[in-house]
Amino acid sequence: MVSKPGILITNGRIIDPCSGYDGNGDLLINNGTIVARETHIEKESLSDVIIVDAGGLIVCPGFIDLHCHLREPGFEYKETISTGTRAAARGGFTTLCSMPNTEPAIDNVAVVDYIRAKTVEDGVVRVWPIGCVTKGRKGYELSEMEELAIAGVVAFSDDGDPVWDSNIMRLALAYSKDLDLPISNHCQDHTLSKGGVMGEGSVSTRLGLPGIPAAAEEAMVARDIALAELTGGKLHVAHLSTAGSVALVREAKNRGLSITAEVCPHHLLLTDERVLTPYDDINGMSPNDSYDTSTKVYPPLRTSNDVRALIDGLNDGVIDCIATDHAPHDIASKQVTYEEASFGISVLETAVGSLCQLVYSGQLSLSTLIDRLTVGPAKVLGAQFDAYKSLEPNTAADLVLIDPDKEWTVDSELFVSKGRNTPLNGATLRGLVQMTIVDGEIVYQCPDVGGKE
Amino acid sequence: MTLLLSGLGMVITLMVDVESNVIGSQNVNAAGTNRKHILDVDVLSEDEILNILDQTDAMSEVLRRDIKKVPALRGRVIVTLFYEASTRTRISFEEAGKILSADVINMSSSGSSVDKGESLLNTGLTLQAMGVDVIVVRHPYSGAPNLLAKHLPKVSIINAGDGLHAHPTQALLDAYTVRSKLGSLKGLKIVIVGDVLHSRVARSAIWAFTKLGAEIVLSGPNTLMPVGLNLVDGRANVLPPVSVQPDLDDAIRGADVVMALRLQNERQNGGYLPSLREYIRRWQITKDRLSSASKEVLVMHPGPMNEGIEISTEVAHGGRSLIEEQVTNGVALRMALLYQVSAGGYQIEEEHPNGQ
Repeated sequence: MVSKPGILITNGRIIDPCSGYDGNGDLLINNGTIVARETHIEKESLSDVIIVDAGGLIVCPGFIDLHCHLREPGFEYKETISTGTRAAARGGFTTLCSMPNTEPAIDNVAVVDYIRAKTVEDGVVRVWPIGCVTKGRKGYELSEMEELAIAGVVAFSDDGDPVWDSNIMRLALAYSKDLDLPISNHCQDHTLSKGGVMGEGSVSTRLGLPGIPAAAEEAMVARDIALAELTGGKLHVAHLSTAGSVALVREAKNRGLSITAEVCPHHLLLTDERVLTPYDDINGMSPNDSYDTSTKVYPPLRTSNDVRALIDGLNDGVIDCIATDHAPHDIASKQVTYEEASFGISVLETAVGSLCQLVYSGQLSLSTLIDRLTVGPAKVLGAQFDAYKSLEPNTAADLVLIDPDKEWTVDSELFVSKGRNTPLNGATLRGLVQMTIVDGEIVYQCPDVGGKE
Repeated sequence: MTLLLSGLGMVITLMVDVESNVIGSQNVNAAGTNRKHILDVDVLSEDEILNILDQTDAMSEVLRRDIKKVPALRGRVIVTLFYEASTRTRISFEEAGKILSADVINMSSSGSSVDKGESLLNTGLTLQAMGVDVIVVRHPYSGAPNLLAKHLPKVSIINAGDGLHAHPTQALLDAYTVRSKLGSLKGLKIVIVGDVLHSRVARSAIWAFTKLGAEIVLSGPNTLMPVGLNLVDGRANVLPPVSVQPDLDDAIRGADVVMALRLQNERQNGGYLPSLREYIRRWQITKDRLSSASKEVLVMHPGPMNEGIEISTEVAHGGRSLIEEQVTNGVALRMALLYQVSAGGYQIEEEHPNGQ
C-alpha cells in the first residue's frame, strides 16, 4: 500500500468534545491516523508533509451522519454515491450512514457489497450502509439481519416507511439484540398521517393542505419505547419532530431505558409557517413562495413550540445526535403541486451553516453542536465506532476545518448534490466548512481557503 | 372614473369607481386594482374587496341589458383550465369573458395532453407560449394556481377552486350577494354549516366575510372542522377569527345569513359521519331551525346542492333563499375580476414595471 503524505494542521482552534479539549494547537496526521496533538508541533522536523495553516479556524472531528439517502442503486437521477459523498465532504461530513430505501433495497448482502464497491470507486467519504429491518422494506418478514451485519451494515431501518406492524417491530428488536446494532425507526402511524403533507395546524388549515397530526409520530414513538422495554432491544428513534416525542423519549431515558434519538437541522430551524408565504404582488412579496415544495419533508416542519422542545432536548442530551435525513430529489419531483411533490430536503451542504445559527443565537454551545454531530452519532452506533469520534492520537484522521464567522449565501445551483431541493436557497448563513479530511486525505477544500504543499 | 364600453356602435358610459383608477395611468391608489392574479381573498384588503364589489355592480348593469356585449376585453385570450368537474363556475367564467368580448377557450383535463401525463406546469407553459392572457384554473390540489403564478410571468392566474384551499370568486360573489341585499356586511352574524374541513368555499368565505366586518360562526360535526381554528396552536394571524358552535340550534340563533355547505357522500365512508341520517337530523337547514334566526335571515348555498341532505327542499327554493341570485351575481363578479386582471391593473403594471 502506498503511504500517503502526512498532514500537519497548524494554528487551529481544536474542539474535541470527546476529550473535552478546546484550545489552540497543531495536529499531525500520518497514514490515515492522528499521530500527535500538541500546542505546537515543529514543522522543520517533518518531511513529506502537507502543511495546512488553519489560521484560527475550528478544527474538529468529521461529522457522522446517521441518516441520509444516497439513492444509489436505483435512483441515480436523484443522487449517486459519487455526488452524495462529495456533497457530504463539502458539508463537513466524513461518514454517511445510507438508508436502505434504494432499488433494490439493502436487504441482502449483494446490495451491501455493491454500495461498498461503489464507495471505493466513486466515493470520497466513508459510507456505512444501513440494512432493512424487513425484506423489501415491506414490513412482513425480517431481513437476514445477521448476514447483513457481517456484511457491514451499521444499523437497521425501513426508513421512508415505519415498521408499522407492532409485532414485527417487537420481533426485530428482539432478534437484533445480540447483534448489538440499533433499529432506527421512522415513526409514523399511517392511519393517522394518511394523505397528510405538512404539519397539522392553523397553517395547514389556511393552505388547505392535508395535515399530519403530531400524534401520528408520538403514537409510534410511544409504541416503540414500550417494545424496547419489552424486548431490551436497541431502539433508535429517527428524526424526532414534536415536543410530545421529546417528552416521551425524556421520560423513557429517565426510567433508564437505553434508547437513542436524533433530530434533523430543518426541524431545529424552520417551522410550518415557512410553507405559508402569502402571494402578495402589491406589498412586494416575492412571486409566490407559498406552497414551496422544498419545505415538504417527513416528518413535517412544525411549530415554534416544537422547535424549542427539540433544542432543549438536544441541549440536555435527550436527543443524542443531529442527523441530516439528506433526501435529494430531481427537479421534476418537486416542480409540482405540494400534494404531489416528493418528501425530502437536500441538507448535507447547508447543515453546518444553518446549525451555526443556533450557536449565534445563544441556543446551543459550539461544543455541544459538535458533540451532537460526532460523539452523539458514534455512541448510537456503538463502541466499535469510537475511533471516529475524536481527535485523540491513534484515532482515525477524519476531521473538518470550519470558519464559524464566514457569511455565505446558499445557491442551490452550486450544490454538489444532485438534489437542489432546499428551503434555504437564497438564505445568508454564517459558518462554512473550509476543509474536510477523511482517512488522512484532503477530500474537500473550500476554494478560498489557504493550504499549501 | 369613467370607463367607455362601446357596444354595437353605441357609446355607453359605465361608472366603475369614482375615486380611483384611471385606466392607462400609473396613478393607482393603495386600494388599487392592479392585482395580476386572484389566488385567494386572504391578501386582499377590505378596500380592495369593496372596490371589486363596486365594479361588480357596474358589470351587473351590463348583464341586465338586452344585448349583453361590451368590447372591454376584445383581443384578450382567456383559457379555462379545469381539472375537476364544474358547471356553474366554468360556464359563468366563459359567459363573463364572452360578454366582455374576450376569446374564451375551454380546456378540461380529459381529452387533452393532461391525459397523456403532461404536468400542470408544462401545460401552463404551453398555454403561455400560445400567448394566452388569463388562465382560469380549477385543480384538485391546493396551491395549483400558486404554482402557475410562480412560473408563468406573462399570464394572469385566476383561481376557480383549488383543492381544499380557496375559491375566491365564490367567496366574493357571496359577499356581493349579501351586500346587495343588506347594504353591508358589518356586524352581521353569518353561520356556515357543514363540512368546513373539506370546503375551499368556506375557507375563502371566512376571509371575505371577516374582512368586511361580519361575525362568523361555524357549525357542523367536530370531525368535519379543521384544526387550528380558535387559535388552538396559539397563532393569531394565520387564520381569521371565527367561533365554532357544533349545536346548530345554538349557532343559528339571531343569524343574519345561514350558508349551507355541500356534504359529499363519500364523507360517510371516510368515517367522518356515523350516517347521513344522523347528519340530516343534526345539521340540515330546515324551516323549523331557521325560526330562531333573524326574521330577515338569508339562506345561501354555493352549489351544487344535495337537496334533502344539507338543506331541505323547502328552504332551498323558499323565499329566504338567495341561491339563484348567487349564480347570477357570479357572472358579474367574474366579469369584474377578468376585467381587473386583464385590462385594468395588469396593463398598468406592464407599462410601468417598477410599479407605483
